[in-house]
Amino acid sequence: MVERQNLVASGYSRLTWLAIGLGFLIILAVSPLFLPRFFTYLLALILITGLVTTSLNIALGFGGMYQFHHAVFYGVGAYTVALMLTKTSLPPALGFILGPIVSGILALVMGMICVRLSKLYFGMLQLSLGSLVWVLVFRWYSFTGGDDGLHGVPVPKLISSVSGSYYFTLIVTVICLILMYVILNAPFGRILQAIRDNPERSESVGVQVRLHQLVTQVIAGFFAGVAGVLFVTVEGSTFPDMMSWTLSLEFLIMCLLGGWFTFLGPMLGATIIVSLRTLLGGYTEYWTMVLAIILMLLIFFLPEGVLGYFEGLYRRRSASLAEDR
Amino acid sequence: MLSVIDLQKSFDQFKAVTKANLEVGQGEIVAVIGPNGAGKSTLFKLIGGHLKPDKGRIVFKGKDIAGLAPHQICRLGVSLSFQIVNVFHRLTVFENVQVAVLSRLRLALDLITPARGLAIEETQEILNSVGLTNVGNRVSGSLSHGEQKVLEIAIALGTNPELLILDEPTAGMSPEETFATIKLLEHLNADMGLTILFCEHDIELVFSFANKIMVMRQGISIVQGPPDEVRDNQQVREAYLGGAN
Repeated sequence: MVERQNLVASGYSRLTWLAIGLGFLIILAVSPLFLPRFFTYLLALILITGLVTTSLNIALGFGGMYQFHHAVFYGVGAYTVALMLTKTSLPPALGFILGPIVSGILALVMGMICVRLSKLYFGMLQLSLGSLVWVLVFRWYSFTGGDDGLHGVPVPKLISSVSGSYYFTLIVTVICLILMYVILNAPFGRILQAIRDNPERSESVGVQVRLHQLVTQVIAGFFAGVAGVLFVTVEGSTFPDMMSWTLSLEFLIMCLLGGWFTFLGPMLGATIIVSLRTLLGGYTEYWTMVLAIILMLLIFFLPEGVLGYFEGLYRRRSASLAEDR
Repeated sequence: MLSVIDLQKSFDQFKAVTKANLEVGQGEIVAVIGPNGAGKSTLFKLIGGHLKPDKGRIVFKGKDIAGLAPHQICRLGVSLSFQIVNVFHRLTVFENVQVAVLSRLRLALDLITPARGLAIEETQEILNSVGLTNVGNRVSGSLSHGEQKVLEIAIALGTNPELLILDEPTAGMSPEETFATIKLLEHLNADMGLTILFCEHDIELVFSFANKIMVMRQGISIVQGPPDEVRDNQQVREAYLGGAN
Protein backbone atom coordinates (compact mmCIF):
# COMPACT_ATOMS: atom_id res chain seq x y z
CA MET A 1 0.00 0.00 0.00
CA VAL A 2 2.82 2.32 0.95
CA GLU A 3 4.53 1.43 -2.29
CA ARG A 4 1.52 2.26 -4.42
CA GLN A 5 1.05 5.66 -2.83
CA ASN A 6 4.63 6.46 -3.56
CA LEU A 7 4.36 5.37 -7.14
CA VAL A 8 1.37 7.63 -7.67
CA ALA A 9 3.09 10.53 -5.95
CA SER A 10 6.31 10.18 -7.94
CA GLY A 11 4.35 9.66 -11.17
CA TYR A 12 2.51 12.89 -10.57
CA SER A 13 5.65 14.87 -9.86
CA ARG A 14 7.38 13.34 -12.86
CA LEU A 15 4.62 14.64 -15.12
CA THR A 16 4.84 18.07 -13.53
CA TRP A 17 8.57 18.17 -14.07
CA LEU A 18 8.16 17.08 -17.65
CA ALA A 19 5.70 19.93 -18.25
CA ILE A 20 8.05 22.44 -16.64
CA GLY A 21 10.93 21.13 -18.73
CA LEU A 22 8.93 21.38 -21.94
CA GLY A 23 7.81 24.91 -21.12
CA PHE A 24 11.40 25.88 -20.49
CA LEU A 25 12.46 24.33 -23.75
CA ILE A 26 9.84 26.28 -25.68
CA ILE A 27 11.04 29.52 -24.10
CA LEU A 28 14.61 28.66 -25.07
CA ALA A 29 13.49 27.79 -28.60
CA VAL A 30 11.69 31.06 -29.26
CA SER A 31 14.01 33.38 -27.36
CA PRO A 32 16.33 34.19 -30.33
CA LEU A 33 13.31 35.72 -32.03
CA PHE A 34 13.06 38.36 -29.30
CA LEU A 35 16.50 38.65 -27.76
CA PRO A 36 19.33 40.80 -29.10
CA ARG A 37 22.06 38.85 -30.83
CA PHE A 38 24.42 39.21 -27.89
CA PHE A 39 22.02 37.50 -25.52
CA THR A 40 21.39 34.67 -27.94
CA TYR A 41 25.14 34.19 -28.03
CA LEU A 42 25.25 34.31 -24.24
CA LEU A 43 22.51 31.69 -23.98
CA ALA A 44 24.46 29.40 -26.30
CA LEU A 45 27.54 29.90 -24.15
CA ILE A 46 25.55 29.05 -21.02
CA LEU A 47 24.20 25.88 -22.62
CA ILE A 48 27.68 24.79 -23.67
CA THR A 49 29.19 25.50 -20.26
CA GLY A 50 26.24 23.72 -18.65
CA LEU A 51 26.87 20.70 -20.84
CA VAL A 52 30.55 20.53 -19.80
CA THR A 53 29.71 20.89 -16.13
CA THR A 54 26.97 18.27 -16.33
CA SER A 55 29.42 15.86 -17.95
CA LEU A 56 31.98 16.75 -15.28
CA ASN A 57 29.40 16.04 -12.62
CA ILE A 58 28.88 12.47 -13.88
CA ALA A 59 32.38 11.74 -12.61
CA LEU A 60 32.36 14.23 -9.73
CA GLY A 61 28.94 14.20 -8.09
CA PHE A 62 27.63 10.83 -9.22
CA GLY A 63 30.93 8.96 -9.38
CA GLY A 64 32.70 10.59 -6.45
CA MET A 65 35.88 10.94 -8.51
CA TYR A 66 38.17 13.91 -8.08
CA GLN A 67 37.82 15.14 -11.63
CA PHE A 68 40.28 18.02 -11.32
CA HIS A 69 41.08 18.57 -14.98
CA HIS A 70 37.91 18.15 -16.96
CA ALA A 71 38.60 21.12 -19.26
CA VAL A 72 41.17 19.04 -21.09
CA PHE A 73 38.45 16.90 -22.69
CA TYR A 74 36.49 20.04 -23.55
CA GLY A 75 39.53 21.62 -25.21
CA VAL A 76 40.59 18.48 -27.06
CA GLY A 77 37.10 18.10 -28.54
CA ALA A 78 37.25 21.71 -29.70
CA TYR A 79 40.74 21.43 -31.16
CA THR A 80 39.90 18.19 -32.94
CA VAL A 81 37.00 19.69 -34.84
CA ALA A 82 38.84 22.98 -35.44
CA LEU A 83 41.89 21.21 -36.86
CA MET A 84 39.74 18.91 -38.99
CA LEU A 85 37.89 21.88 -40.47
CA THR A 86 40.94 24.07 -41.07
CA LYS A 87 43.64 21.57 -42.03
CA THR A 88 41.79 18.86 -43.93
CA SER A 89 39.26 18.77 -46.70
CA LEU A 90 37.34 15.89 -45.15
CA PRO A 91 33.58 16.39 -44.80
CA PRO A 92 32.85 18.76 -41.87
CA ALA A 93 30.37 16.28 -40.35
CA LEU A 94 33.25 13.88 -39.77
CA GLY A 95 35.05 16.53 -37.70
CA PHE A 96 31.96 17.12 -35.62
CA ILE A 97 31.68 13.40 -34.88
CA LEU A 98 35.40 12.88 -34.31
CA GLY A 99 35.68 15.69 -31.73
CA PRO A 100 33.82 13.86 -28.96
CA ILE A 101 35.33 10.52 -29.97
CA VAL A 102 38.89 11.82 -29.66
CA SER A 103 37.99 13.30 -26.27
CA GLY A 104 36.57 9.93 -25.25
CA ILE A 105 39.74 8.16 -26.34
CA LEU A 106 41.89 10.64 -24.43
CA ALA A 107 39.70 10.06 -21.38
CA LEU A 108 40.19 6.32 -21.82
CA VAL A 109 43.97 6.61 -22.02
CA MET A 110 44.25 9.07 -19.12
CA GLY A 111 41.69 7.04 -17.19
CA MET A 112 43.65 3.82 -17.58
CA ILE A 113 46.56 5.52 -15.86
CA CYS A 114 44.54 7.44 -13.28
CA VAL A 115 41.86 5.04 -12.00
CA ARG A 116 44.52 2.86 -10.41
CA LEU A 117 44.83 5.58 -7.82
CA SER A 118 42.06 6.67 -5.56
CA LYS A 119 40.62 9.98 -4.44
CA LEU A 120 43.08 12.84 -4.22
CA TYR A 121 45.85 10.95 -6.00
CA PHE A 122 43.55 10.32 -8.90
CA GLY A 123 42.83 14.05 -9.10
CA MET A 124 46.47 15.09 -8.91
CA LEU A 125 47.53 12.63 -11.59
CA GLN A 126 44.72 13.77 -13.85
CA LEU A 127 45.78 17.35 -13.28
CA SER A 128 49.36 16.64 -14.29
CA LEU A 129 48.49 14.53 -17.33
CA GLY A 130 45.98 17.16 -18.42
CA SER A 131 48.57 19.91 -18.05
CA LEU A 132 50.84 17.87 -20.27
CA VAL A 133 48.22 17.98 -23.00
CA TRP A 134 47.79 21.69 -22.42
CA VAL A 135 51.54 22.35 -22.78
CA LEU A 136 51.58 20.35 -25.98
CA VAL A 137 48.80 22.46 -27.46
CA PHE A 138 50.27 25.67 -26.08
CA ARG A 139 53.74 25.10 -27.55
CA TRP A 140 53.09 23.38 -30.84
CA TYR A 141 52.73 26.59 -32.88
CA SER A 142 52.88 25.03 -36.33
CA PHE A 143 50.04 22.62 -35.63
CA THR A 144 47.75 24.13 -32.99
CA GLY A 145 48.54 27.82 -33.37
CA GLY A 146 50.11 27.90 -29.91
CA ASP A 147 48.83 30.56 -27.54
CA ASP A 148 47.02 32.29 -30.42
CA GLY A 149 44.75 29.33 -30.91
CA LEU A 150 42.89 28.69 -34.16
CA HIS A 151 40.65 31.39 -35.54
CA GLY A 152 38.22 31.68 -38.37
CA VAL A 153 37.33 28.00 -38.35
CA PRO A 154 35.16 27.42 -41.43
CA VAL A 155 32.01 26.20 -39.73
CA PRO A 156 29.32 25.00 -42.23
CA LYS A 157 26.99 27.84 -43.31
CA LEU A 158 23.81 26.35 -41.89
CA ILE A 159 25.07 26.51 -38.30
CA SER A 160 27.53 29.41 -38.41
CA SER A 161 25.13 32.33 -37.91
CA VAL A 162 24.29 33.44 -34.36
CA SER A 163 20.83 31.90 -34.38
CA GLY A 164 21.95 28.89 -36.45
CA SER A 165 24.71 28.03 -34.00
CA TYR A 166 22.32 28.68 -31.12
CA TYR A 167 19.73 26.20 -32.39
CA PHE A 168 22.41 23.63 -33.15
CA THR A 169 23.76 24.07 -29.61
CA LEU A 170 20.30 23.86 -28.07
CA ILE A 171 19.33 20.67 -29.90
CA VAL A 172 22.64 18.90 -29.27
CA THR A 173 22.73 19.97 -25.62
CA VAL A 174 19.19 18.72 -24.98
CA ILE A 175 19.95 15.39 -26.64
CA CYS A 176 23.14 15.02 -24.59
CA LEU A 177 21.36 15.91 -21.35
CA ILE A 178 18.71 13.29 -22.06
CA LEU A 179 21.38 10.69 -22.82
CA MET A 180 23.26 11.49 -19.63
CA TYR A 181 20.06 11.37 -17.64
CA VAL A 182 19.24 7.95 -19.06
CA ILE A 183 22.74 6.67 -18.30
CA LEU A 184 22.62 7.92 -14.72
CA ASN A 185 19.26 6.27 -14.13
CA ALA A 186 20.24 2.97 -15.70
CA PRO A 187 21.91 0.27 -13.60
CA PHE A 188 25.25 1.75 -14.62
CA GLY A 189 24.43 5.09 -12.99
CA ARG A 190 22.94 3.54 -9.90
CA ILE A 191 25.98 1.37 -9.31
CA LEU A 192 28.20 4.39 -10.00
CA GLN A 193 26.52 6.16 -7.10
CA ALA A 194 27.03 3.10 -4.95
CA ILE A 195 30.74 3.25 -5.77
CA ARG A 196 30.77 6.93 -4.83
CA ASP A 197 29.24 6.14 -1.46
CA ASN A 198 31.38 3.13 -0.74
CA PRO A 199 33.88 1.68 -3.21
CA GLU A 200 35.02 -1.09 -0.89
CA ARG A 201 31.52 -2.36 -0.29
CA SER A 202 30.72 -2.13 -4.01
CA GLU A 203 33.64 -4.43 -4.70
CA SER A 204 32.36 -6.96 -2.23
CA VAL A 205 28.96 -7.11 -3.92
CA GLY A 206 30.72 -8.02 -7.15
CA VAL A 207 31.21 -4.68 -8.89
CA GLN A 208 34.40 -4.16 -10.89
CA VAL A 209 35.05 -0.72 -9.47
CA ARG A 210 38.04 0.24 -11.62
CA LEU A 211 36.35 -0.81 -14.84
CA HIS A 212 33.23 1.09 -13.86
CA GLN A 213 35.24 4.21 -13.15
CA LEU A 214 37.08 3.89 -16.44
CA VAL A 215 33.81 3.72 -18.38
CA THR A 216 32.65 6.77 -16.42
CA GLN A 217 35.75 8.65 -17.52
CA VAL A 218 35.06 7.82 -21.16
CA ILE A 219 31.43 8.91 -20.91
CA ALA A 220 32.29 12.16 -19.13
CA GLY A 221 35.13 12.87 -21.57
CA PHE A 222 32.91 12.17 -24.56
CA PHE A 223 30.21 14.64 -23.53
CA ALA A 224 32.82 17.27 -22.66
CA GLY A 225 34.11 16.77 -26.18
CA VAL A 226 30.62 17.43 -27.54
CA ALA A 227 30.60 20.72 -25.63
CA GLY A 228 34.00 21.60 -27.09
CA VAL A 229 32.65 21.02 -30.59
CA LEU A 230 29.67 23.26 -29.84
CA PHE A 231 32.02 25.97 -28.61
CA VAL A 232 33.83 25.99 -31.95
CA THR A 233 30.48 26.18 -33.72
CA VAL A 234 29.49 29.26 -31.72
CA GLU A 235 32.85 31.04 -31.49
CA GLY A 236 34.53 29.90 -34.69
CA SER A 237 37.79 29.65 -32.79
CA THR A 238 39.70 27.73 -30.13
CA PHE A 239 42.47 28.73 -27.78
CA PRO A 240 44.66 26.89 -25.25
CA ASP A 241 42.91 28.49 -22.29
CA MET A 242 40.04 26.10 -23.02
CA MET A 243 42.10 23.36 -21.41
CA SER A 244 43.81 25.34 -18.70
CA TRP A 245 43.46 24.09 -15.17
CA THR A 246 41.93 27.39 -14.05
CA LEU A 247 38.99 26.71 -16.34
CA SER A 248 38.72 23.23 -14.85
CA LEU A 249 38.53 24.87 -11.45
CA GLU A 250 35.78 27.16 -12.65
CA PHE A 251 33.80 24.15 -13.88
CA LEU A 252 34.24 22.53 -10.48
CA ILE A 253 32.95 25.65 -8.75
CA MET A 254 29.91 25.69 -11.04
CA CYS A 255 29.10 22.10 -10.05
CA LEU A 256 29.44 22.88 -6.36
CA LEU A 257 27.42 26.06 -6.67
CA GLY A 258 24.55 24.46 -8.53
CA GLY A 259 24.47 21.29 -6.47
CA TRP A 260 26.70 18.38 -7.30
CA PHE A 261 24.36 15.66 -6.07
CA THR A 262 21.64 16.80 -8.45
CA PHE A 263 21.41 16.26 -12.17
CA LEU A 264 20.55 19.82 -13.22
CA GLY A 265 22.60 21.55 -10.53
CA PRO A 266 25.72 22.00 -12.69
CA MET A 267 23.59 23.55 -15.45
CA LEU A 268 22.20 26.02 -12.91
CA GLY A 269 25.68 26.75 -11.57
CA ALA A 270 26.95 27.39 -15.09
CA THR A 271 24.01 29.72 -15.75
CA ILE A 272 24.72 31.74 -12.62
CA ILE A 273 28.46 32.04 -13.11
CA VAL A 274 28.53 32.65 -16.86
CA SER A 275 25.79 35.31 -16.53
CA LEU A 276 27.50 37.01 -13.60
CA ARG A 277 30.87 36.96 -15.30
CA THR A 278 29.44 38.47 -18.47
CA LEU A 279 27.35 41.09 -16.71
CA LEU A 280 29.83 42.04 -13.97
CA GLY A 281 32.83 41.67 -16.26
CA GLY A 282 31.65 44.81 -17.98
CA TYR A 283 31.90 46.84 -14.77
CA THR A 284 34.94 45.49 -13.02
CA GLU A 285 38.10 43.67 -13.92
CA TYR A 286 38.13 42.07 -10.48
CA TRP A 287 35.53 39.51 -11.45
CA THR A 288 37.47 36.72 -9.74
CA MET A 289 36.96 38.52 -6.41
CA VAL A 290 33.21 38.17 -6.87
CA LEU A 291 33.77 34.51 -7.65
CA ALA A 292 35.77 34.09 -4.46
CA ILE A 293 33.03 35.66 -2.37
CA ILE A 294 30.41 33.43 -4.00
CA LEU A 295 32.58 30.43 -3.23
CA MET A 296 32.95 31.37 0.44
CA LEU A 297 29.25 32.00 0.90
CA LEU A 298 28.57 28.70 -0.82
CA ILE A 299 30.84 26.71 1.46
CA PHE A 300 29.34 28.20 4.58
CA PHE A 301 25.66 28.38 3.72
CA LEU A 302 24.88 26.00 0.85
CA PRO A 303 27.23 23.02 1.11
CA GLU A 304 24.92 21.00 -1.14
CA GLY A 305 24.63 23.77 -3.74
CA VAL A 306 21.64 25.87 -4.75
CA LEU A 307 19.60 23.11 -6.33
CA GLY A 308 20.67 20.67 -3.62
CA TYR A 309 19.33 23.09 -1.04
CA PHE A 310 15.93 23.38 -2.70
CA GLU A 311 15.78 19.64 -3.30
CA GLY A 312 16.38 19.11 0.41
CA LEU A 313 13.54 21.52 1.22
CA TYR A 314 11.25 19.74 -1.22
CA ARG A 315 12.14 16.32 0.18
CA ARG A 316 11.53 17.42 3.76
CA ARG A 317 8.18 18.88 2.80
CA SER A 318 7.01 15.74 1.02
CA ALA A 319 8.27 13.66 3.94
CA SER A 320 6.17 15.65 6.38
CA LEU A 321 3.21 15.43 4.01
CA ALA A 322 3.64 11.66 3.88
CA GLU A 323 3.65 11.52 7.66
CA ASP A 324 0.44 13.54 7.82
CA ARG A 325 -1.28 11.05 5.59
CA MET B 1 32.99 -25.75 1.99
CA LEU B 2 35.65 -23.28 3.10
CA SER B 3 39.08 -24.24 4.35
CA VAL B 4 41.70 -21.79 5.46
CA ILE B 5 45.11 -23.38 5.72
CA ASP B 6 48.10 -21.79 7.49
CA LEU B 7 47.17 -18.31 6.43
CA GLN B 8 49.63 -15.52 7.10
CA LYS B 9 49.49 -11.75 6.65
CA SER B 10 51.73 -9.03 7.97
CA PHE B 11 51.62 -5.26 7.71
CA ASP B 12 55.14 -3.91 7.57
CA GLN B 13 56.76 -5.67 10.53
CA PHE B 14 53.57 -6.51 12.36
CA LYS B 15 52.13 -9.97 11.88
CA ALA B 16 48.36 -9.52 12.03
CA VAL B 17 47.64 -13.11 11.13
CA THR B 18 50.44 -15.59 11.77
CA LYS B 19 48.92 -19.00 11.31
CA ALA B 20 45.18 -19.18 10.85
CA ASN B 21 43.33 -22.41 10.20
CA LEU B 22 39.60 -22.66 9.74
CA GLU B 23 37.12 -25.24 8.49
CA VAL B 24 33.59 -24.26 7.56
CA GLY B 25 31.20 -27.02 6.45
CA GLN B 26 28.10 -26.66 4.33
CA GLY B 27 25.14 -25.32 6.32
CA GLU B 28 27.09 -24.60 9.49
CA ILE B 29 27.16 -21.53 11.68
CA VAL B 30 30.77 -20.93 12.60
CA ALA B 31 32.01 -18.24 14.97
CA VAL B 32 35.48 -16.83 15.32
CA ILE B 33 36.31 -15.37 18.72
CA GLY B 34 39.37 -13.88 20.28
CA PRO B 35 40.57 -10.80 22.14
CA ASN B 36 40.99 -7.45 20.41
CA GLY B 37 43.79 -7.52 17.88
CA ALA B 38 43.66 -11.28 17.52
CA GLY B 39 43.35 -10.90 13.74
CA LYS B 40 39.68 -11.73 13.24
CA SER B 41 38.85 -8.83 10.94
CA THR B 42 42.07 -9.31 9.02
CA LEU B 43 41.21 -12.96 8.53
CA PHE B 44 37.79 -12.05 7.13
CA LYS B 45 39.25 -9.42 4.82
CA LEU B 46 41.72 -12.00 3.55
CA ILE B 47 38.91 -14.43 2.80
CA GLY B 48 36.87 -11.67 1.09
CA GLY B 49 39.82 -10.67 -1.07
CA HIS B 50 40.21 -7.16 0.33
CA LEU B 51 43.68 -8.11 1.49
CA LYS B 52 46.15 -10.44 -0.16
CA PRO B 53 47.67 -13.14 2.06
CA ASP B 54 51.46 -13.51 2.29
CA LYS B 55 51.30 -17.26 2.70
CA GLY B 56 48.78 -20.03 3.03
CA ARG B 57 45.70 -21.17 1.16
CA ILE B 58 42.02 -20.33 1.15
CA VAL B 59 39.96 -23.04 -0.52
CA PHE B 60 36.31 -22.44 -1.28
CA LYS B 61 34.37 -25.34 -2.80
CA GLY B 62 37.59 -26.95 -4.00
CA LYS B 63 38.99 -23.80 -5.58
CA ASP B 64 41.92 -21.80 -4.24
CA ILE B 65 40.63 -18.26 -3.92
CA ALA B 66 43.60 -16.70 -2.13
CA GLY B 67 44.61 -13.51 -3.90
CA LEU B 68 41.52 -13.19 -6.10
CA ALA B 69 39.83 -9.79 -6.36
CA PRO B 70 36.80 -9.13 -4.13
CA HIS B 71 34.37 -9.07 -7.04
CA GLN B 72 35.61 -12.46 -8.25
CA ILE B 73 35.22 -13.98 -4.80
CA CYS B 74 31.75 -12.49 -4.57
CA ARG B 75 30.79 -14.11 -7.87
CA LEU B 76 31.79 -17.50 -6.45
CA GLY B 77 29.21 -17.14 -3.68
CA VAL B 78 31.01 -15.54 -0.76
CA SER B 79 29.58 -12.36 0.68
CA LEU B 80 31.40 -10.28 3.26
CA SER B 81 29.92 -7.55 5.40
CA PHE B 82 32.10 -5.28 7.42
CA GLN B 83 32.51 -4.46 11.06
CA ILE B 84 31.96 -0.73 10.70
CA VAL B 85 28.66 0.25 9.13
CA ASN B 86 29.27 0.19 5.44
CA VAL B 87 26.15 0.98 3.46
CA PHE B 88 25.66 3.24 0.43
CA HIS B 89 24.54 6.14 2.56
CA ARG B 90 23.16 8.47 -0.11
CA LEU B 91 21.02 5.80 -1.75
CA THR B 92 17.65 4.67 -0.43
CA VAL B 93 17.36 1.39 1.44
CA PHE B 94 15.71 -0.15 -1.60
CA GLU B 95 18.48 1.04 -3.92
CA ASN B 96 21.12 -0.27 -1.53
CA VAL B 97 19.88 -3.81 -1.97
CA GLN B 98 18.99 -3.32 -5.62
CA VAL B 99 22.58 -2.37 -6.42
CA ALA B 100 23.76 -5.74 -5.13
CA VAL B 101 21.10 -7.58 -7.13
CA LEU B 102 21.87 -5.61 -10.32
CA SER B 103 25.53 -6.37 -9.92
CA ARG B 104 24.80 -10.07 -9.53
CA LEU B 105 22.58 -10.07 -12.62
CA ARG B 106 25.59 -8.61 -14.46
CA LEU B 107 23.73 -5.45 -15.37
CA ALA B 108 26.45 -3.14 -14.05
CA LEU B 109 27.35 -1.84 -17.50
CA ASP B 110 23.77 -1.46 -18.75
CA LEU B 111 23.58 2.18 -19.84
CA ILE B 112 20.03 2.33 -21.14
CA THR B 113 17.35 0.40 -19.24
CA PRO B 114 15.80 2.49 -16.46
CA ALA B 115 16.94 0.97 -13.18
CA ARG B 116 13.69 1.68 -11.39
CA GLY B 117 12.02 -1.15 -13.32
CA LEU B 118 14.72 -3.74 -12.72
CA ALA B 119 15.06 -6.45 -10.07
CA ILE B 120 12.10 -5.01 -8.18
CA GLU B 121 10.56 -8.24 -6.94
CA GLU B 122 13.78 -9.82 -5.83
CA THR B 123 14.87 -6.71 -3.97
CA GLN B 124 11.47 -6.43 -2.33
CA GLU B 125 11.67 -10.06 -1.27
CA ILE B 126 15.01 -9.54 0.42
CA LEU B 127 13.73 -6.44 2.21
CA ASN B 128 10.74 -8.46 3.38
CA SER B 129 12.90 -11.27 4.67
CA VAL B 130 14.98 -8.94 6.84
CA GLY B 131 12.05 -6.75 7.84
CA LEU B 132 13.08 -3.47 6.22
CA THR B 133 10.13 -3.15 3.85
CA ASN B 134 8.57 -0.16 5.57
CA VAL B 135 11.74 1.94 5.38
CA GLY B 136 12.48 1.02 1.75
CA ASN B 137 12.19 4.60 0.50
CA ARG B 138 14.29 6.20 3.21
CA VAL B 139 17.82 7.34 2.49
CA SER B 140 19.94 4.71 4.18
CA GLY B 141 22.20 7.26 5.88
CA SER B 142 19.21 8.37 7.94
CA LEU B 143 18.51 4.94 9.44
CA SER B 144 19.36 4.02 13.00
CA HIS B 145 22.58 2.16 13.64
CA GLY B 146 20.74 -1.11 14.21
CA GLU B 147 18.74 -0.76 11.00
CA GLN B 148 21.92 -0.03 9.05
CA LYS B 149 23.52 -3.19 10.40
CA VAL B 150 20.47 -5.16 9.22
CA LEU B 151 20.69 -3.41 5.87
CA GLU B 152 24.28 -4.65 5.68
CA ILE B 153 22.97 -8.19 5.83
CA ALA B 154 20.31 -7.37 3.23
CA ILE B 155 22.95 -6.01 0.83
CA ALA B 156 24.98 -9.16 1.35
CA LEU B 157 21.89 -11.26 0.55
CA GLY B 158 21.46 -9.35 -2.70
CA THR B 159 24.47 -11.15 -4.12
CA ASN B 160 22.74 -14.48 -3.40
CA PRO B 161 25.65 -15.95 -1.48
CA GLU B 162 26.19 -19.48 -0.25
CA LEU B 163 28.58 -18.35 2.44
CA LEU B 164 27.76 -15.24 4.43
CA ILE B 165 30.66 -13.71 6.34
CA LEU B 166 29.69 -11.17 8.98
CA ASP B 167 32.18 -9.14 10.98
CA GLU B 168 30.44 -8.44 14.29
CA PRO B 169 26.88 -8.36 12.97
CA THR B 170 25.40 -7.13 16.26
CA ALA B 171 28.05 -4.62 17.30
CA GLY B 172 26.47 -1.57 18.90
CA MET B 173 22.96 -3.01 18.84
CA SER B 174 20.47 -2.84 21.68
CA PRO B 175 19.58 -6.21 23.29
CA GLU B 176 16.26 -6.28 21.39
CA GLU B 177 17.94 -5.58 18.06
CA THR B 178 20.58 -8.20 18.80
CA PHE B 179 17.90 -10.76 19.54
CA ALA B 180 16.05 -9.94 16.31
CA THR B 181 19.25 -10.13 14.29
CA ILE B 182 20.14 -13.52 15.73
CA LYS B 183 16.65 -14.77 14.92
CA LEU B 184 17.11 -13.46 11.38
CA LEU B 185 20.45 -15.22 10.98
CA GLU B 186 18.99 -18.47 12.33
CA HIS B 187 16.17 -18.14 9.84
CA LEU B 188 18.60 -17.56 6.96
CA ASN B 189 20.60 -20.58 8.04
CA ALA B 190 17.72 -22.96 8.66
CA ASP B 191 15.26 -21.97 5.93
CA MET B 192 17.47 -20.65 3.16
CA GLY B 193 20.41 -22.96 3.68
CA LEU B 194 22.99 -20.22 4.10
CA THR B 195 26.32 -21.07 5.65
CA ILE B 196 27.32 -18.37 8.11
CA LEU B 197 30.76 -17.39 9.36
CA PHE B 198 30.89 -14.55 11.86
CA CYS B 199 32.90 -13.05 14.64
CA GLU B 200 31.49 -11.52 17.76
CA HIS B 201 32.47 -10.04 21.10
CA ASP B 202 29.49 -11.27 23.05
CA ILE B 203 30.66 -14.68 24.27
CA GLU B 204 27.30 -15.77 25.64
CA LEU B 205 25.75 -15.10 22.26
CA VAL B 206 28.41 -17.06 20.42
CA PHE B 207 28.12 -20.11 22.62
CA SER B 208 24.34 -20.21 22.35
CA PHE B 209 24.19 -19.66 18.61
CA ALA B 210 27.18 -21.18 16.79
CA ASN B 211 27.62 -24.83 15.79
CA LYS B 212 31.36 -24.49 15.79
CA ILE B 213 33.78 -22.01 17.30
CA MET B 214 37.30 -21.10 16.32
CA VAL B 215 39.44 -19.25 18.84
CA MET B 216 42.19 -16.91 17.72
CA ARG B 217 44.92 -15.31 19.74
CA GLN B 218 47.68 -13.06 18.45
CA GLY B 219 47.08 -14.13 14.91
CA ILE B 220 47.16 -17.84 15.62
CA SER B 221 44.11 -20.11 15.67
CA ILE B 222 44.32 -22.05 18.90
CA VAL B 223 41.44 -24.44 18.56
CA GLN B 224 38.31 -25.13 16.56
CA GLY B 225 35.40 -27.31 17.57
CA PRO B 226 31.85 -27.48 18.93
CA PRO B 227 31.03 -25.02 21.76
CA ASP B 228 31.34 -27.57 24.58
CA GLU B 229 34.74 -28.73 23.45
CA VAL B 230 35.99 -25.16 23.14
CA ARG B 231 34.63 -24.24 26.55
CA ASP B 232 36.57 -27.07 28.16
CA ASN B 233 39.81 -26.42 26.34
CA GLN B 234 42.53 -25.43 28.77
CA GLN B 235 44.36 -23.16 26.35
CA VAL B 236 41.20 -21.24 25.57
CA ARG B 237 40.47 -20.73 29.23
CA GLU B 238 43.92 -19.31 29.76
CA ALA B 239 43.89 -17.20 26.66
CA TYR B 240 40.46 -15.83 26.54
CA LEU B 241 37.87 -16.86 29.04
CA GLY B 242 40.13 -15.88 31.90
CA GLY B 243 42.18 -18.47 33.77
CA ALA B 244 40.30 -17.76 37.01
CA ASN B 245 37.35 -20.05 36.37
